Amino acid sequence: MKFVGDRHLRKEDPRLLTGRGRYVADLTLPGLLHAVILRSPHAHARIRRIDTERARAHPGVVDVVTFADLGPAGRAMPVAPPHPALRGHNFAPLAGDRARFVGEPVAAVAAESRYAAEDAIELIEVEYEPLPSAQTLAPGAPAVHEDVADNLAGRVSLTRGDVEAALRAAPRVASVRLRIGRGGGQPMETRGLVADWNAALEQLTVWASSQVPHQIRQFIVDLLDLAPHQVRVVAPDVGGGFGAKLIVYPEDVLIPFLARRLARPVRWIEDRLEHMLAATQEREQEHEVTVGFDDAGQLLALRDRFVHDTGAYTPRGLVVPLLTASMLTGPYRIPAVESTFESRYTHRVPVTPYRGAGQPQAVFVIERVLDLVARETGRDRAQVRLANLVRAADMPWDTGLPNYRGSGHVVLDSGDLPSVLRRALESAGYEARAAEAAAARAEGRLVGVGVASYVELTGVGPFESARVRVDAAGRITAWSGVTTQGQGLETTLAQVAADELGVTPADVTVITGDTAGVEHGTGSFASRAAVVGGSAVALAARDVHAKTRLLAARALGVAEADLEQAGRAFTDRRRPERRVTFAELARLAGAATAALGVEPGLESTRFFQPTDMTYSSGAHVTLVELDPLSAAVRILGYWISHDSGRLINPLVVEGQLQGAVALGIGSALLEEIAYDETGQLLAGSYMDYLLPTATDVPTMVIDHLETPSPLNPLGLKGVGESGALPVPAVLASAIEDAVGPTGGRVTRMPLGPARLMELLPPVLSGDEGTGRDRAT
Amino acid sequence: MTARAGPTTHDVTAIVNGVERRARVIPRLLLADLLREEWGLTGTHLGCEHGACGACTVLLDGEPTRACLVFAVQVDGCRVDTVEGLAGDGAGLHPLQEAFRARHALQCGFCTPGILMTLTAYLREHLAPSEAELREALSGNLCRCTGYQHIVQAALDAAAAGRATAPPA
Repeated sequence: MKFVGDRHLRKEDPRLLTGRGRYVADLTLPGLLHAVILRSPHAHARIRRIDTERARAHPGVVDVVTFADLGPAGRAMPVAPPHPALRGHNFAPLAGDRARFVGEPVAAVAAESRYAAEDAIELIEVEYEPLPSAQTLAPGAPAVHEDVADNLAGRVSLTRGDVEAALRAAPRVASVRLRIGRGGGQPMETRGLVADWNAALEQLTVWASSQVPHQIRQFIVDLLDLAPHQVRVVAPDVGGGFGAKLIVYPEDVLIPFLARRLARPVRWIEDRLEHMLAATQEREQEHEVTVGFDDAGQLLALRDRFVHDTGAYTPRGLVVPLLTASMLTGPYRIPAVESTFESRYTHRVPVTPYRGAGQPQAVFVIERVLDLVARETGRDRAQVRLANLVRAADMPWDTGLPNYRGSGHVVLDSGDLPSVLRRALESAGYEARAAEAAAARAEGRLVGVGVASYVELTGVGPFESARVRVDAAGRITAWSGVTTQGQGLETTLAQVAADELGVTPADVTVITGDTAGVEHGTGSFASRAAVVGGSAVALAARDVHAKTRLLAARALGVAEADLEQAGRAFTDRRRPERRVTFAELARLAGAATAALGVEPGLESTRFFQPTDMTYSSGAHVTLVELDPLSAAVRILGYWISHDSGRLINPLVVEGQLQGAVALGIGSALLEEIAYDETGQLLAGSYMDYLLPTATDVPTMVIDHLETPSPLNPLGLKGVGESGALPVPAVLASAIEDAVGPTGGRVTRMPLGPARLMELLPPVLSGDEGTGRDRAT
Repeated sequence: MTARAGPTTHDVTAIVNGVERRARVIPRLLLADLLREEWGLTGTHLGCEHGACGACTVLLDGEPTRACLVFAVQVDGCRVDTVEGLAGDGAGLHPLQEAFRARHALQCGFCTPGILMTLTAYLREHLAPSEAELREALSGNLCRCTGYQHIVQAALDAAAAGRATAPPA
């Protein structure tokens, strides 16, 4: 192996650095129309009548469509995956007689220019009957769907052992209420599509800024009644995803519908306000946690009951709360556990996974519990964690809780969790930092150290595909069913293929996100692309390499053992002047094959179907200081130790970790999607919804462990989301340390300036003796 | 496209990446749309269309400017530089682009053109910035992928390389 493990520079960079990337908004076609979407201004309203006449008459307007025009396409899209406890509802390409959140698509205009289309949507007259809306998770809110009167989308209870008995038997018990708010993936490129109907071929080509082009094709096939071979979906260069592009949205069917209806290419590019209004969000949950433990800080029982806000629809079923519930115990050994949730509909943007997918909430809950136990027992927070972590000798560790896919338990496959925490502590100089923080506090400064451990579920199935081909010019192409939104898969998959084929990454062209490349594909989410996609590429490339060797031996008239490979050619070891190239072998494979005993073509399509998820692990340590006047948090140091199995490209992995931590800092301190009591969005711009800037994110020190996973051929584990998981937890830990025993307790995320002010110790916040509840 | 949609139009002439370009535009056409839709310079990206993310940053007479907040008519007679012109006529990369590649300072690449243009202008006037100064200079450009660390390192590298190759004062 020569290239897996190498800090290889990215193949995609020269294109992206010089403005030659091809993002969906960059694509133009002759006769292109521009679509703009009218969205509901009400969180809940009956749509009584829509008058499109004035809009149609506007210069440049070609068409205006509403639900009534959709015909058979006016159906709810499927919910995936199903779950026996789910009372699921998904949206249709346009709202029918009812709108269920501010931002739900109601009508679309197609015009010769975007300017004309933007003007025309103002001329559409919709008669709404506004209705009371569900803006709370408490029972009794107005029903979002008529057949779900109590708004309960699903209730699930996961258990290990008898938690009530274990809590009764525990020497000590403590409880805490925790709340997490809403945020979003917020890729810098918004969503967008270009769709083109070729009437001569009766084929639809769709370019979509998406993480799941194969799923989009399936939805188009289903709703527009086309055969799979009539629809090609391509994800070109995609400017970030983070989950915001992992479901199939109404527009993903609506824009292709318009292109076919009008027999002209149509482009729709979401603007940022639309993204804030309509791209799916996550994280909102309210937890009631009770923990049983002993005087040594050993965990004995854990009960968590939480309510999850799923928004107006459930495009991804119960995935997010199931992930929170099933990953609750994380890296710790807890003999008795109950994790029960109710997922409730509200008249708000639908909730589906974004970077972390329910797991940051689980990490926040369990790490808050570990800090609580440390405080109650007077023990060091790191020591309490070390005492409870699953040990290396315990692996594989069955947590006893069913996994979110219902395919078995959450079983940690491998790793050394105590080592990864110890290495993070050493890297940070934990004891010295703690002493430094204590000394600073003695001087009246608010400095604190935080620590958090985590495991991340990665490498999710059901499968990924790969096709590797050597063509008659000797070019090597690898197609994968995954997509790339910045993770560098053009490079890392080429590294994998190059090693298997005995060539260099420069010799391998990787094409992702194209349904014409591989017939079946799953997509990029759940930290799966490198693990599952990379494994499939390795298998297909291995096949092709075996075939090149077989054919080369035949061509040269030697045994395979006598072959010497030099890049894309083989020679006879004993007579090096006798040589055959990959190009010649591809021609050979394309011609007389029966006599050679092989099937035609120098290519292979393979699937990798993991038997189970593989779990990454890690620990973060941070040092923070709060400004006593503004309560602003300054991150003075940040240390990461991480184990994502064997690394394909450490440079890319470090970039993933750094970016995910930055996103975690945003979700902990800056970003919150807020609504008023009528469901109107209060954070519709980057003036109100603050993404972390270069001055908010610290320099991070990263240390890698590499415990190979036994579950795939390369020993890989996923990493894309890992960095985001423990950030709210580690910042909570550090902030609580900084404000000291007289300050408040962190029970809520995110911590905006107002909530941080409430945490300051009384002597600093000037409200000594008011006796108000300090919990946030 | 947009040139034909409005009743009133204006002629605009600008020197774009060193080459004179002309267009007839409606008054409300944004510079970003002129660059992208009329002139095919799609390296300038639109991330927020309200001047907050910095992805559309170009140099207008040498100054970093949000192309989403400027009308096309305002650049008449001006010099406009975009990411497409950064490396000059050659096939290679500008030293800042090279540093970005070497440091893995981009992931999805969507914010990258705006960051490159911002830093190009900044490093022209600040030959030896500190890390803190660079972070401040970058604070008007949002990147969701990288966490900025590699961008800051790349900019420090490019500044150092610039000093090493600069002619003695």
